Amino acid sequence: MSELARSARVVRALGARSIRQTFRRPQLISPIVVFPTLLLAVQTGGAGAGIELPGFPPVQSFLQFMLAGSMMQSMMLAGNSGGIAFAVDIEMGFTDRLFAAPIPRFAIVLGRLAGTAALGLFASLWFLAIGLIFGAEIAGGVPGALLAILLVTASALAVGGIGAAIALRTGSASVVQGLFPLVLVVLFLSSAFFPQELMIEPAKTIAEYNPLSFIVEGVREPIISGIDATQTLEAVAAIAGIVILGLVLSARALRHRLRVG
Amino acid sequence: MEAASVTAAVPGWRINLATILALVTRAKNELVRVPGAAIPGVLAPTIFFLGLNGVFGGLIHLSGFDTDSYESFIVPVSMLQGAGFTGAAAGVNLARDYEQGWVDRLLVSPAPRWVLLTGNVLAASLRAFVPATFVLAIAFLIGARWPGLDGLLVCYLMVAAMAAVAACWGSMLALHYKSQSAAPLMQAGMMGLVLLTPAYAPLELLQPWLQKVAEVNPVTQVIEAARQGFVGSVTWSDTWPGLLALAALLAVLGALALREMRRTNV
Repeated sequence: MSELARSARVVRALGARSIRQTFRRPQLISPIVVFPTLLLAVQTGGAGAGIELPGFPPVQSFLQFMLAGSMMQSMMLAGNSGGIAFAVDIEMGFTDRLFAAPIPRFAIVLGRLAGTAALGLFASLWFLAIGLIFGAEIAGGVPGALLAILLVTASALAVGGIGAAIALRTGSASVVQGLFPLVLVVLFLSSAFFPQELMIEPAKTIAEYNPLSFIVEGVREPIISGIDATQTLEAVAAIAGIVILGLVLSARALRHRLRVG
Repeated sequence: MEAASVTAAVPGWRINLATILALVTRAKNELVRVPGAAIPGVLAPTIFFLGLNGVFGGLIHLSGFDTDSYESFIVPVSMLQGAGFTGAAAGVNLARDYEQGWVDRLLVSPAPRWVLLTGNVLAASLRAFVPATFVLAIAFLIGARWPGLDGLLVCYLMVAAMAAVAACWGSMLALHYKSQSAAPLMQAGMMGLVLLTPAYAPLELLQPWLQKVAEVNPVTQVIEAARQGFVGSVTWSDTWPGLLALAALLAVLGALALREMRRTNV
């Protein structure tokens, strides 16, 4: 068996393990599914009248507008949950055993990220299904839905990289868990839940430069009006930037972990 | 023999009170000795407050919104949310205590079950003042309206009682599942109860389905009572429904938590 095929098997096995781990532990799955779904319901019901505000982009309903934000929230929390699970593996010595095994080290991180990306895929499908069940239309049709799914999955992979890097660097589940409020801050300071033009300062200005806003808009556009090349490219560029950051941080953290044991 | 006669001489209610105070002190010690553990409980409602204000602050321009300050409108919700998180955390801590064997030791003591539950619930009520005060301070800093002394007192009373309700809910689940894995259920239950109300906008501006849910959700009355000083004046007619709702919630969830406690390790 070639080196590449063997690495792919390791990534697949570790990815499948991380997905099973998430679905077996309520602490890991509920931030990805329960909380974003609850918040989607509450915000759609509570702030739905906001679409009547002057300056709100034309949308079929607030639910249609909110779907991208909920996918982003779920994806970010999937990255955080993935980081927590990875740190638990380090604390319990499972990662040390993997380091001692004759497998490439990058496959260990990539396996975890594959699992996180799969959870991102699940999140996008979950929220698209909720949207369709409750009457939201996908303006971009099937290609638009596929684009949204692809962007959310890639974002989960990107954000998971940062979570994995922090887990590798600190080796502490509680430190990674402590990032949960930061995830909320990044979300609120983006256009995930409301149009950036209608937000209040300083959130409005911060949201303008927050990379998450570019990704949200890239996911939202195919849902509310159709595929837009500029928005898509901006989202891809933002995701690529986070992927590179995650890879650099993960590589450095992995070296650190191998050094300190 | 002598010790037994001394114990017999002390009235039962004093022993129970001392046990409750000891449990409250233990919870306070946790807060003082591991202050970092309280940070997430303080940060989460603060971030929600600032985030919701920044994101949905423009909603006040909708006709039907009877206040010009969204921070004043939303701050009682965040304080109650903090109380909900604190109460749920009391449940998580109880589950942790069970996993570590501490609850077993309490259960073999001669203290009545209701005393053990009261200690946990009362501690949560007191701890809820920490996030509530922090959120309120931030709200005043960014321009929330002073609710008046009466408005502030009513709001804090609602916060303390809401934390007690959440602690009963958390304790019930902790004793039923006997595992910290039930934590998301404790938190999600409280989050749903607090947010499925006119939390983000007045009742008339909610979507029809949420309006119906909010009308039957008892926490709506609690939110309205806690909010009244921030958006207008305090009246008895806006206060008593909140008190009644909390009393009912405490009675029901307290009875259920006590039932779980009586069933534990029997």
